[in-house]
Amino acid sequence: MDFILNFWVELGAWAQDVLFGWGLPAWAVNLISDIVVVLVLVVVGIMAVLIFTPMERKVIARMQDRPGPNRVWPYGLLQALADAIKMLTKEDITPTNADRALHMLAPLIVAIPALLVYAVLPWGPNIIGKDLNVGILFIVAIAALHVIAIIIAGWGSNNKYSLLSAFRVVNQLLAYEIPMVFCLLSVILFTKTMSTQGIVEAQTIPYFIVMPVAGMIFLICAMAEANRSPVDLIEADSEMVAGYMIEYSGMKFAMFFIAEYVNMFAAAIVISTVFLGGYKFFGLENLAPVLTPVIVFMKAVFVIFVMLWFRATFPRVRFDHLVGMAWKFFVPLAMVNLLLSALVVKIPVANARVEPWVQGGVMLVGNLIIIAVTVLILSRSARKLEDAPALKRIVAVER
Amino acid sequence: MNVTQVIFIILSAVTLIGALGVVVSRNLFYAAIFLVLSFVGVAGYYILLEAEFLAMIQILVYVGAISILIIFAIMVSRRFMSPKYKARNEQWVWALVAAAALFAVLVVILIQVDWPIAQASVPDGTLVELGKALVDPGQFLLVFEVASVLLLVALVGAVIIARER
Repeated sequence: MDFILNFWVELGAWAQDVLFGWGLPAWAVNLISDIVVVLVLVVVGIMAVLIFTPMERKVIARMQDRPGPNRVWPYGLLQALADAIKMLTKEDITPTNADRALHMLAPLIVAIPALLVYAVLPWGPNIIGKDLNVGILFIVAIAALHVIAIIIAGWGSNNKYSLLSAFRVVNQLLAYEIPMVFCLLSVILFTKTMSTQGIVEAQTIPYFIVMPVAGMIFLICAMAEANRSPVDLIEADSEMVAGYMIEYSGMKFAMFFIAEYVNMFAAAIVISTVFLGGYKFFGLENLAPVLTPVIVFMKAVFVIFVMLWFRATFPRVRFDHLVGMAWKFFVPLAMVNLLLSALVVKIPVANARVEPWVQGGVMLVGNLIIIAVTVLILSRSARKLEDAPALKRIVAVER
Repeated sequence: MNVTQVIFIILSAVTLIGALGVVVSRNLFYAAIFLVLSFVGVAGYYILLEAEFLAMIQILVYVGAISILIIFAIMVSRRFMSPKYKARNEQWVWALVAAAALFAVLVVILIQVDWPIAQASVPDGTLVELGKALVDPGQFLLVFEVASVLLLVALVGAVIIARER
């Protein structure tokens, strides 16, 4: 019974025992188990493509009141497999004037940062690739490498649309990294640790409830970083055809496609770890630790569903609005939230048992005040905009 | 030779190939990409020295911000991208003299100094100590604050220069 409940940890211990039983030295056992863990994490990451492509197409189809893919065997669920076979058999094209070396390099390195992030994502207590004490910083730093792959792709293709897309990636991803880091900082002030597992352990109430401002900003920033519609201005189909991947075909394109879904899944797990309680679910993680990866996965699926919901609901944002939103709206808001949490963690609480509730409550009230003030300021400036002469002219013309 | 030394040699190879690529490549875009490789190699050294925080900051600041801004600046200025642009200018003689002098100094230091090896391993929780040291008035608080004021001045200056009249 204990073996089933603690399945994952016991499985690792059992496998190591077997390896030791073969008479291998300690470093060989460590090396083999590390390689197995890496392989499992990479496969999990790449399987995300097969799981979330059908999910994305089906969910958005239902939201738009159409059937979606329904030809490939049961309920169109094997569509991703059919697409994969199509990709593999497509002709591989390199444009004549492209920079051959860079054009080849970009698809090779684009999935690496996305997969590296999985090393620090916790799937349960001690079910983690490597519990770094700078885990969150690792995620932020590695995500920045993604930008370089996209720049190489955009520049190496020698196409004006892909070059424009490379310009945009610098603007968009750097702008959205800043409020994202501020939101993570306000969480780290509460948890007092940067290890991803430590954040889950310190989280008695999900931080999305404690600080909804940080949670919402982080969700939108993560969507911008993972390049999801309506903030996917890097590959906006309607204005730049496909952005940096315009000149790629076949397997090279598939690498970008894989990287996008791997990124999205990683972002969803980061959100569920930092803001939704990670592998904790009303004490279920203590009853049956075997279920913790399932809890994390279901939370990630929920986050991805919300992302798809956004995509099906909102039109694509204009580019200057997108960057302006990051600098003029999210950065000040995240800074105010950071100041608030820096004040709240200093509240002296005598009884350690009450502490998280008191701090969380004060933080929540503060967040609600921030939201109210923001809405007030926004509605006032919107009313000012209504009186603007230019807008009145447009309205008059449309009538 | 133990595992650490093998890793050190691999990291050195990556860093040096990257650094060599920066100076040798004719194309400035290639030079910038090689610079990224070199920075990643340096981050690897930090990990080898068990300074994870420094390694992550190295990647975040040097790869994530500085290299990307360099690449961006190169892409924006069209003149650099044309094949007619020469990678060398008339100052190469003086650059050679300065580089040779610096190399000589480094070699002398490398030979002269007796490099001590500490036997103790790195203690855990250095990250917390670093954080406390940065905001401790007795240690680095003043330096930290002055650095942030400097950044603020740079930020305001950039806004003033870029502002349209």
